[in-house]
Amino acid sequence: MKTYTNTGNKDTRSGFGAGLTELGQTNENVVALCADLIGSLKMDQFKANHPERFFQVGIAEANMIGLAAGMTIGGKIPFTGTFANFSTGRVYDQIRQSVAYSGKNVKICASHAGVTLGEDGATHQILEDIGLMKMLPGMTVINTCDYNQTKAATLAIAEHNGPVYLRFGRPKVANFTPENGDFEIGKAVKLTEGNDVTIVATGHLVWEALEASKVLNEVGISAEVINIHTIKPLDDKAIIESVSKTGCIVTAEEHNHLGGLGESVARALALHKPTPQEFVATNDTFGESGTPAQLMAKYGLDRDAIQNAVKKVLKRK
Amino acid sequence: MPNIQELEDLTTQVRRDILRMVHKVNSGHPGGSLGCAEFFVTLYKDIMKTNDGFNMDGEGEDLFFLSNGHISPVYYSVLARSGYFPVDELNTFRLIDSRLQGHPTTHEGLPGIRIASGSLGQGMSVALGAAQTKKLNNDNHLVYSLHGDGELQEGQNWEAIMYAAGNNVDNIISTIDLNGQQIDGSTDTVLPMGSLRAKFEAFGWTVVDIENGNNVEAILKGMAEAKALTGKGKPVCVLLKTVMGNGVDFMMHTHAWHGKAPNDEQLAIGLEQNAETLGDY
Repeated sequence: MKTYTNTGNKDTRSGFGAGLTELGQTNENVVALCADLIGSLKMDQFKANHPERFFQVGIAEANMIGLAAGMTIGGKIPFTGTFANFSTGRVYDQIRQSVAYSGKNVKICASHAGVTLGEDGATHQILEDIGLMKMLPGMTVINTCDYNQTKAATLAIAEHNGPVYLRFGRPKVANFTPENGDFEIGKAVKLTEGNDVTIVATGHLVWEALEASKVLNEVGISAEVINIHTIKPLDDKAIIESVSKTGCIVTAEEHNHLGGLGESVARALALHKPTPQEFVATNDTFGESGTPAQLMAKYGLDRDAIQNAVKKVLKRK
Repeated sequence: MPNIQELEDLTTQVRRDILRMVHKVNSGHPGGSLGCAEFFVTLYKDIMKTNDGFNMDGEGEDLFFLSNGHISPVYYSVLARSGYFPVDELNTFRLIDSRLQGHPTTHEGLPGIRIASGSLGQGMSVALGAAQTKKLNNDNHLVYSLHGDGELQEGQNWEAIMYAAGNNVDNIISTIDLNGQQIDGSTDTVLPMGSLRAKFEAFGWTVVDIENGNNVEAILKGMAEAKALTGKGKPVCVLLKTVMGNGVDFMMHTHAWHGKAPNDEQLAIGLEQNAETLGDY
């Protein structure tokens, strides 16, 4: 079984910041907008290097999305930065009309997604954003798993022409994908080979899935772990190929089970290869204050939850 | 100096286009469209400097953004009669498979349109973004936008208005169609907005009044004044006082024709009041 090493916990938002800093040097059309959260989004370096291409819009997210849409006219590639909650739900109609329907090349970069933003509580812990964004025609939806992948994705979306939602988080999580690795939008990454069960995970739950698969391996359950960084367009082919071998699947995400990765996978399987599936996701609920680890445990998102889901789905084969 | 008679003749023809477009599909928004006919005609025929053909990026030319997208009939008529697409295509307004959607959109690739609008309150932010890109590109052309007065009830406008002054976006002229009407009645009865001049000035904009926004010469004069005020560190707002339904007597001074099409008889009266000048499509 292939194993992965955590080279040291790092926050995914810093991966975004590092990617944006690099883009500032390599792509003069990249501009960045922020709604009063420069430090949280790690946009300081870009701002320092390119003050003329950085736009502080204040606490006015609706205006920020409209500005970004307008800036594309004349060839700029705007990256907007704020928390996931204020990047999506708060500005849904602005994204829908001025960005998605208008086909504008805006990159909506969202930090602090999910319950793991922690102590701030449910007002800030959006668990519905993947659903909101994937429902918009033409929107690409990406949820990266670690620092290195977030940096790579940030670089990759600048090369993609069209609106993108890039979701990442606040806490420091395991960093295990290759430094300066490739990032292909819409392409699943198979991390381990397995025969008994497929585990499809997104975001930092990919690491939880890898940890779960190690424990499962010790009890003789061979799990195939797939990192789905792009939820839309979904790599149906990779998923179908894997379940054709394993015969059952667990999906894992820090998101409501309604509207998330699990539902996208279920649709693909219903259409092409009906397969028993269990969902590791929040159960149509809001979050609450707590530490990230406490919340992951309480809301059933950690490696234990993944192991339990595997055992459950195996019985349904 | 532009030929006033030519602009007025085109305005009359545009009014006919508006009436015929909404009548044919028994839907659309004639009131605000008629009220802004003179403004659109002067904007596209004289005030704005545009390149031949249509390029989405619009570099090296002035840009226009319509925020209150429901007045699409006047927009489509003037775009067509400015050469952006065939005038005959006005026949397809609001029909299935048309590029002339109920509200303007880039989605079907209609030349002349750079952003979708219709859900209100979003256009000023977009126009400001385009204006800032012009500055980054060292393109000294201007960005124009049009907004309904009732539309200013949407909060996003005030985010944008605050941003524009705070960031010295002085290459934009945002015009407010001050017709005093909205769907449910007069703006004063629905939600009084007080003095828009005072509000814009308090937010740091320079304000120009055009008292007779249905008079071509007054518009030319007022917009020239507005243009002269750009590049001085402040965004420019034009308060364009218009009469909703202008040019069709029974549609004037009321919100009743905001989103209602004339029947056959009403169309005939409206067309009689606006004799053909340049030829119907």
